[in-house]
Amino acid sequence: MHGRLIRRLFGSVMTGATYGAAALAILPLAVILAMLLVKGAGSLDWNFFTRSAVPFGEHGGGFAHAIVGTLIIVGLACAVGVPVGVSIGIYLAEFGGGQLGFAIRFIADVLNGVPSIVIGIFAWTWLVKPMGHFSALAGGVALGMILVPILARTTEEMVRLVPNSLREAALALGYPRWRTSLVVVVRTAAAGIVTGCLVAVARVAGETAPLLFTALGNQFFSTRVQGPMAALPLQVYVYALGPYDEWHRQAWAGALVLIMLVLALSLFARAVVRAKRQHA
Amino acid sequence: MTDIPATALEPELAPKPTAEERWRALRTVSRGDVIYRSLLTVLALLLPLLVVLIAVELVSNAMPAVSKFGFGFLTHSTWDPVQGQFGALPLIFGTLYSSLVALVIAVPLALACAIFLTEFAPRWLRTPVGTLIELLAAVPSVIYGLWGIFVLIPLLRDHVWKVARHALGWLPIFGGVFYGPSVLAAGVILSIMILPYIAAVSREVLLAVPPSQREAGLALGATRWETVTTVILPYGRAGIVGAVILGLGRALGETMAVTMVIGNRHEVSASLLQPGYTIAAAIANEFSEAVSDMHLSALFMVGAVLFVITILVNTLARVLVWRVARGSAVGSTAI
Amino acid sequence: MTKRIAAVLSVAAGTVLLAGSVAAQTVRLNGAGATFPQPIYQKWVLEYHNAHPTVEINYQGIGSGGGIRQFTDHTVDFGASDGPMTDAQIQAVNGDVYHLPTVLGSVVPTYNIPGVTAQLRFTGDVLAGIWLGQITKWNDSRLTALNPDANLPDQDIVVAHRSDGSGTTYIFTDYLTKVSPDWAQRVGKGTSVNWPVGLGGQGNPGVANIVKQTPGAIGYVELIYAIQNNIGYGVVRNKAGNYIQASLETTTNAAAGAVASLDPNTDFRISITDADGAQVYPISSFTWLLLPKQMTDAVKARALLEFVWWAVHDGEKFTSALAYAPLPARVVQLEEQRLKSITVNGQPVLPSNYRGR
Repeated sequence: MHGRLIRRLFGSVMTGATYGAAALAILPLAVILAMLLVKGAGSLDWNFFTRSAVPFGEHGGGFAHAIVGTLIIVGLACAVGVPVGVSIGIYLAEFGGGQLGFAIRFIADVLNGVPSIVIGIFAWTWLVKPMGHFSALAGGVALGMILVPILARTTEEMVRLVPNSLREAALALGYPRWRTSLVVVVRTAAAGIVTGCLVAVARVAGETAPLLFTALGNQFFSTRVQGPMAALPLQVYVYALGPYDEWHRQAWAGALVLIMLVLALSLFARAVVRAKRQHA
Repeated sequence: MTDIPATALEPELAPKPTAEERWRALRTVSRGDVIYRSLLTVLALLLPLLVVLIAVELVSNAMPAVSKFGFGFLTHSTWDPVQGQFGALPLIFGTLYSSLVALVIAVPLALACAIFLTEFAPRWLRTPVGTLIELLAAVPSVIYGLWGIFVLIPLLRDHVWKVARHALGWLPIFGGVFYGPSVLAAGVILSIMILPYIAAVSREVLLAVPPSQREAGLALGATRWETVTTVILPYGRAGIVGAVILGLGRALGETMAVTMVIGNRHEVSASLLQPGYTIAAAIANEFSEAVSDMHLSALFMVGAVLFVITILVNTLARVLVWRVARGSAVGSTAI
Repeated sequence: MTKRIAAVLSVAAGTVLLAGSVAAQTVRLNGAGATFPQPIYQKWVLEYHNAHPTVEINYQGIGSGGGIRQFTDHTVDFGASDGPMTDAQIQAVNGDVYHLPTVLGSVVPTYNIPGVTAQLRFTGDVLAGIWLGQITKWNDSRLTALNPDANLPDQDIVVAHRSDGSGTTYIFTDYLTKVSPDWAQRVGKGTSVNWPVGLGGQGNPGVANIVKQTPGAIGYVELIYAIQNNIGYGVVRNKAGNYIQASLETTTNAAAGAVASLDPNTDFRISITDADGAQVYPISSFTWLLLPKQMTDAVKARALLEFVWWAVHDGEKFTSALAYAPLPARVVQLEEQRLKSITVNGQPVLPSNYRGR
């Protein structure tokens, strides 16, 4: 009989171990967030949001150029990546049952695993080298290329959630297939698609590697998309590697702004998606 | 809603269709449908086109290095831009070594988390904990790197190693002077970054195991833990292996966090405490500064190697996961 | 409601983008390259922009190697390097390049040894030995012989070097090649070498950071980076046998000999490391801007040349605050000639009687 007791005891211990594992997994997240707040919050002053870079070692600089740069570059990425990615997602959900659909789905998953630095050097050969200079445009397109396969899959998931009865009802009422798809199905899934976009945007907003050889960075405040532009993660990277305490201080602040942006988008999107899934 | 045909609402008004007409009506596809479907298909074909273009671009730019060095490129260790000698062995070794360390740390933890979330966690805890674990994947790489430089490395070097040195310092795997930036630091950060992917996919795999299996195990007298180890895990074995391989794929391509903590040294060393280099980190550091065409070509070559490896690894992962959790958007939904 | 918000946002975004692109007659120049002179270049760019607001110059410090690369690829308007282009590299641009010196600077061995505040003495041999991995501990006999009063601890030396293509590396290895036959044979000189040991850092700031963060570390950086970050740096023995600290005077003295015998047709690719003279700092160097001899855009060319003219004349007054040495007058004289000979479509950009803005 005590064999069973040992087995149950072991089971309890292992159960406790899984609790411990979950706690251990969350620990780095808590520590990182705490550090960002502690080290970065104090530096989020007026200068930080309104001024751009100052020469090495001087004080009073800020991240204005980087924050605006990220907004512009991510905006470009969306302009490029959202229409294409969402369309491919609709294709996969509506017409993707056959072999071609299978292949495209597979390739989308595979593309999601391609390191972003490889996308970066590809964008360099296609956009920077021929144009002859670095540009925010090249950076935006590079990030857009990362967006497309992510959006394809999330959109597919969201469109699939629309019940078939809705499609059948529209078709029965005489709507052609394309109108059913666009007006009825997609409109129903719109909220889910938009939140999928938000999560994907949060992910690419934090990408640094593809911007290293495309947008390059800029010490001046610039909104010119045909030229180099600063970006938030890029600026954090450069400042983190430098020796100046002034830079480190700003890097923590910049990282805090970045994580707040990313988390806000992710959490909001997640909440909406969960609500949709429960109602579907 | 103005274009619902009147005949749909009042069928008695329409002239009775012939068999021919009825047949044709069923087969009619409106022009709008054709355009719509063609447009979407063309867009969808952009994906395979992109893959092909990337492959072509990488390979063609790598050709100069390939023709000069041949496959010896992958087995030599000297990376000397001055002399024009490029051996990628340290890069490949470092990429694999750091990913291995990451897997060793992350896999047991991630699996335990997945089991926790599907089996043992009280219902009210499942969503919050699951969300928190998935949020690990949302943190940008550069922030992990920042934390790595200023928190993890000093912690490892000045506190953990000071203590562990006496017990472990004699092992070759912990040999040499510990500067801080090292394969170990990179492996630890990578493990934190890949854990959410392995955990999320494993969770989906475990959820896909039919409840009947679980119930059968319990009915036969197994404790809950035993059911997990003897029934559920073996059932989802393929998918879990796929999850692990997916995590590997992520670790292989990670750039920013790695280059900030690994020490950036073209050297093969068995010791975890020594600096190393990965393909992605080398490209990040050297690409915009490669002065000679051969240097640039060598970087394209290692980029091509990385591209091929990650495609193979991810393909394998997806095949394995789809066996158990059909068609799930494996790790693709940006978590 | 959402539509209205979206409309307002897009109009706002469009206006911002448009404004950015069409700002009245602003001339934008892009340059990239060495981190060695980056502090002074950043200062110049800012001061010049304040004085002439229509000119905006974006300089990215990506290392001399990167500067040469970008210049060769024509992805920037000018490059910057403290490792002069090799003959092969010059041939790759068909000789269409001027090396224009801007300032004189010095490379110092900088270190972080807990408990040691004294300024350490180094010789070329010892520096080579450290970077060759032959001297591995701070209390090695060769170091204690030079610094008997410094209480050097029994601690491992953590060597730092550049991971990117670097002119600072070129200057440092150029010096080591001259003073150590062992180094010359095993490693040689260049913007990027096969380092026997050490950690790699990106740019001068990266190496300074490694030294600052790692107890027991030693690295080589341009003087201003050691000063700005409060990390100790040593004195180096010169050819005459004196232990000299890097400074304005000692750096200027290093160039004196070379400048005195300057050929009027020089291409300025002169090395002044390990120079003769009593009060000479042995690891000094010019740093150059790389400009094409024939440019294509007249407006940009004019703006760029006016900036460079200003830099080597008025700009030199900012150098001492940042621990760089100004250019000798003879060098500036010859440079004026080079600047005036740069053409667009065969026409010189600057008038022959140009005196500056």
